[in-house]
Amino acid sequence: MDLGPHAAFIVASYAVFTLVLVSLTAWLFYDGARQKRLLEDLEAKGARRRSRETEGTK
Amino acid sequence: MMQKQSITQKLANPTRFMALSGTLLPWLAGIAVILIAYGLYRGWTAPPDYQQGETIRIMYIHVPSAWLGMMGYALIAVSSFGLLVFRHPLADVSAKAAAPIGAAFTMLALVTGSLWGKPMWGTYWVWDARLTSVLLLFFLYLGLIALRTSIEDESLASKLTAVLALVGVVILPFIKISVEGLSIPWLGLEIPAWNTLHQPSSVFRTDGPKIHASQLYPLLYSALGFTFLFFTLHMKGMRNEILRRRVKALRIAEVDRAREREAVAAAE
Repeated sequence: MDLGPHAAFIVASYAVFTLVLVSLTAWLFYDGARQKRLLEDLEAKGARRRSRETEGTK
Repeated sequence: MMQKQSITQKLANPTRFMALSGTLLPWLAGIAVILIAYGLYRGWTAPPDYQQGETIRIMYIHVPSAWLGMMGYALIAVSSFGLLVFRHPLADVSAKAAAPIGAAFTMLALVTGSLWGKPMWGTYWVWDARLTSVLLLFFLYLGLIALRTSIEDESLASKLTAVLALVGVVILPFIKISVEGLSIPWLGLEIPAWNTLHQPSSVFRTDGPKIHASQLYPLLYSALGFTFLFFTLHMKGMRNEILRRRVKALRIAEVDRAREREAVAAAE
């Protein structure tokens, strides 16, 4: 496909756009996996919230 | 007597939100991918613009970015209002999650606009009302993120950030008015448009869209697809924030318990 004399501007726009959105998505999924792992580690060690503790004694 | 709960009341429970969002997330992502792919395919197979030539292809990512940059800020403002007025438990989670996504789309609007401006206007940047007001919107996003991260007390940080977000919402009508002006005859209000290189809106106009159907429909599909992507990322960000707060609550509870054990041991 011939993008004409301004091809570099069009390609650069799409490249930056894709890079930023892919990076943002990757960061969100990495962050989600990290928080999930931290939560599972804490729960595996027997950590529990105060509210759960109070509920358990009622 | 059982009172019927509204949708926002039902979603106020983070556990319920996690269950619902976990189900919705893949569907939202799927719809986003299909709409974006279809919109961009239609956009790239449409004939070039009679004036702007092939550079019109940039429109299919620039315009949705600009819309979503503004929509993201509106979402933060509504969430901030929900936090300050209704104390909705998920309002702050929503505002916090929307900030980096809105900032990313605003930055993309600035960068792609600049790359479109150079071949069409002969310059990457001018300090006119539209471009400058969108740059201010980007700085507002950075300000919200910086303010929140600079205050350790999460409750105080969320309230101060919400106040700043509501004060900053004035930028949204300014961005719109900067190119088109505003005329409300029955109020006697007449704000002239500023001098700018940026063209007025071609889609949302009182006299209908001023853009050819071969470009309008791909743009609308693309914008709708990126809007779905925005909400997919926002929902994912909210889920991450809820998990982060659970981790923090567990750590605080564990530290408190350790302190209590130390205090008991010291007393014995």
